[in-house]
Amino acid sequence: MVHFMKPAPMQKKFLTPGVIALLVLAANGLVFLAGRFLFGIGGVANLNNQYPWGIWIAIDVAGGVALAAGGFVTAALGHVMNREQYHAVVRPALLTAMLGYTFVAIGVAIDIGRYYYIWHPLIMWNGSSALFEVGICVTIYVNVLYIEFLPVVVERFLGRVDLPGFLSRFNMLAERLLGMLDRGLSKTMFVFIISGIVLSTLHQSSLGTLMVIAGPKMHPLWQTPVLPLLFLLSAVSVGFPMVIVESMLAARSFGLKPEMEVLSKLGRLTAPLLGIYLAFKIGDMFIRETFVYLGVFNTVSVMFMAEVLIGIVLPLRMFLSRSVLKSPPLLFIASLLVVLGVLLNRVNNFIIAYTPPYSLVTYVPSVGEISVTVGFICILMLLYRAAVIFFPVISLPDKSLFPREKYSIRG
Amino acid sequence: MAKLTRRSFLKKSAAAGAALAGFPAIAAQAEEINVLSPDRMGVLVDTTVCIGCRSCEWACKTAHDIPTSAIETYEDRSVFEKMRRPDETSLTVVNRYENPDKKQLPYSVKVQCMHCDHPACVSACIVGALSKQENGAVIWDTEKCIGCRYCMIACPFQIPSFEYHKPLYPSIRKCDFCFERRKTGKLPACVGICPVEALTYGPREELARIARDRVKRYPERYVNHVYGEYEVGGTDWLYLAGVDFAALQFPKLGRNQAPGVSESIQHGIFAYFVPPASLYALLGVLMWISKNRPDDEEED
Repeated sequence: MVHFMKPAPMQKKFLTPGVIALLVLAANGLVFLAGRFLFGIGGVANLNNQYPWGIWIAIDVAGGVALAAGGFVTAALGHVMNREQYHAVVRPALLTAMLGYTFVAIGVAIDIGRYYYIWHPLIMWNGSSALFEVGICVTIYVNVLYIEFLPVVVERFLGRVDLPGFLSRFNMLAERLLGMLDRGLSKTMFVFIISGIVLSTLHQSSLGTLMVIAGPKMHPLWQTPVLPLLFLLSAVSVGFPMVIVESMLAARSFGLKPEMEVLSKLGRLTAPLLGIYLAFKIGDMFIRETFVYLGVFNTVSVMFMAEVLIGIVLPLRMFLSRSVLKSPPLLFIASLLVVLGVLLNRVNNFIIAYTPPYSLVTYVPSVGEISVTVGFICILMLLYRAAVIFFPVISLPDKSLFPREKYSIRG
Repeated sequence: MAKLTRRSFLKKSAAAGAALAGFPAIAAQAEEINVLSPDRMGVLVDTTVCIGCRSCEWACKTAHDIPTSAIETYEDRSVFEKMRRPDETSLTVVNRYENPDKKQLPYSVKVQCMHCDHPACVSACIVGALSKQENGAVIWDTEKCIGCRYCMIACPFQIPSFEYHKPLYPSIRKCDFCFERRKTGKLPACVGICPVEALTYGPREELARIARDRVKRYPERYVNHVYGEYEVGGTDWLYLAGVDFAALQFPKLGRNQAPGVSESIQHGIFAYFVPPASLYALLGVLMWISKNRPDDEEED
């Protein structure tokens, strides 16, 4: 049945009570964001000279990059391995990645003190800086993601260009341009898809290298030279669970049936990926003998155990069970646990593990910081909703809507 | 980073003579970026001599155009009740610690940037706004900085500070070892004002020798440890103390260079773009194979 799925715009209205709630939270975040630009970062955030990075980096940037990994993992599965049956999830994952990375870039821009200098790394290079590598890769990758999404835009408009008013005289021209774009893209798309995967593996791991330089300022439970590998493995293992979570949320929101056939297959693929991540995480712990820190009951040990047990072990057990893979609610819960586990891992790495030698004030995120982060997440969800209503992203059974099927490589 | 170029070698010979003749700063002042010059300058801080008068705090602010109250107000001893840290309004501070042997003679410790020989901040900075200068100073370039604060994450001594309350052009502030001031032949402001010569300014390698010599000659006065000689690969500011440095709240750091394995990992991942290019090629081949595979789809 999967093979008869086709992406189509959702024929739904945009506003619902849930959407209004999101709009309110988004507006609240924007108010505090205005405060950041009027009074400086310190006017809104609880950051200080001991704790220079807070949740804007840990959640908006590091968490955002990790959770947008669905984009490159499904691209690898759908396009590189060319598994036709997964094509239905490639576009939603691509859209999430595109919006996610856009907000990562915005998150970075508001967190750096001189947001108007955000272009500096493009011309001022420091090859030994992990942050430089992350910055460059993310910048290129955002552009690659937009290019990868172009075919969806072309598909939406090709043969349907209808510019308003006097612009209508350009209809033919626009149509011709779209046609050229269409032919050009389908021939060259593989270049961008592979670039996207390479760029992702690079910056997902470099994001882990970031904290290595903090050395003894980072708790030994997390500080390890294999951090880049752990970051990459966790990003790969959170890719499919994230696709499952958002696919089920979208299905519920638009009153569709969840694509269990594809999703449970993704769930089954998640188990080995999660297992590899767990093996490296535990192996690293035993090689460096950091388990001694788990004997003490404190914030650090509790957070580490939560990350490993609730975020990796429990969902791994669930993904290994056939009945979980067949049950939508259980599959959703297992996937959500992985998503939250990886998010917790990023928060742990960037905030909980960070213990400066001279701590005068501890860091607790302010209402303003939380509002901005929540606001960004809400705006992202609103844009996602708007995009799937307008563009052919979510796949529907074939008989409906329109019969165009053009792309050898979709997504 | 620590390359001994031909030019710096020639300068070394010239500077050695100059240093012996008592003009230590002159030869070392030509600007070069991230070169670890053998004749870089440093300061030896003898915490057993420091009387905690805090004149250096005043001199530092005055030299860096930071607003300050009159020097008389610095006689206030009550600031010692709490440990203070350098921040964006004071690039150096003095803290006081109890002397277990002589209660009436507490130890005073001046804190500022250590000016590492292999600075983590320089390695970390995304745009290369921080640099190690030939005269030993680690300085910050306002033209480049984007305010990401990664230097603050990287610094093992927790030194760089940030102007969180400035909406436009917030700066990273830290001791710049009076980089501009020294160009004109003057001493660093704190060294110049110190009334008891607790601070000795000179070529770093020579200071290390002097420090070891003092420890050897007065073993009852000093612990046998010159802090900064080997910590994080060496710092240009060196410390002598009468008690274990941990009691003076110096971080316990190893001898490995401050950037640690971070740079090796970074260069390993890239290694002249061989790993990324190989991955690209591998994925390309995989894609080509799977495209041309007959449509027998199902994997299991």
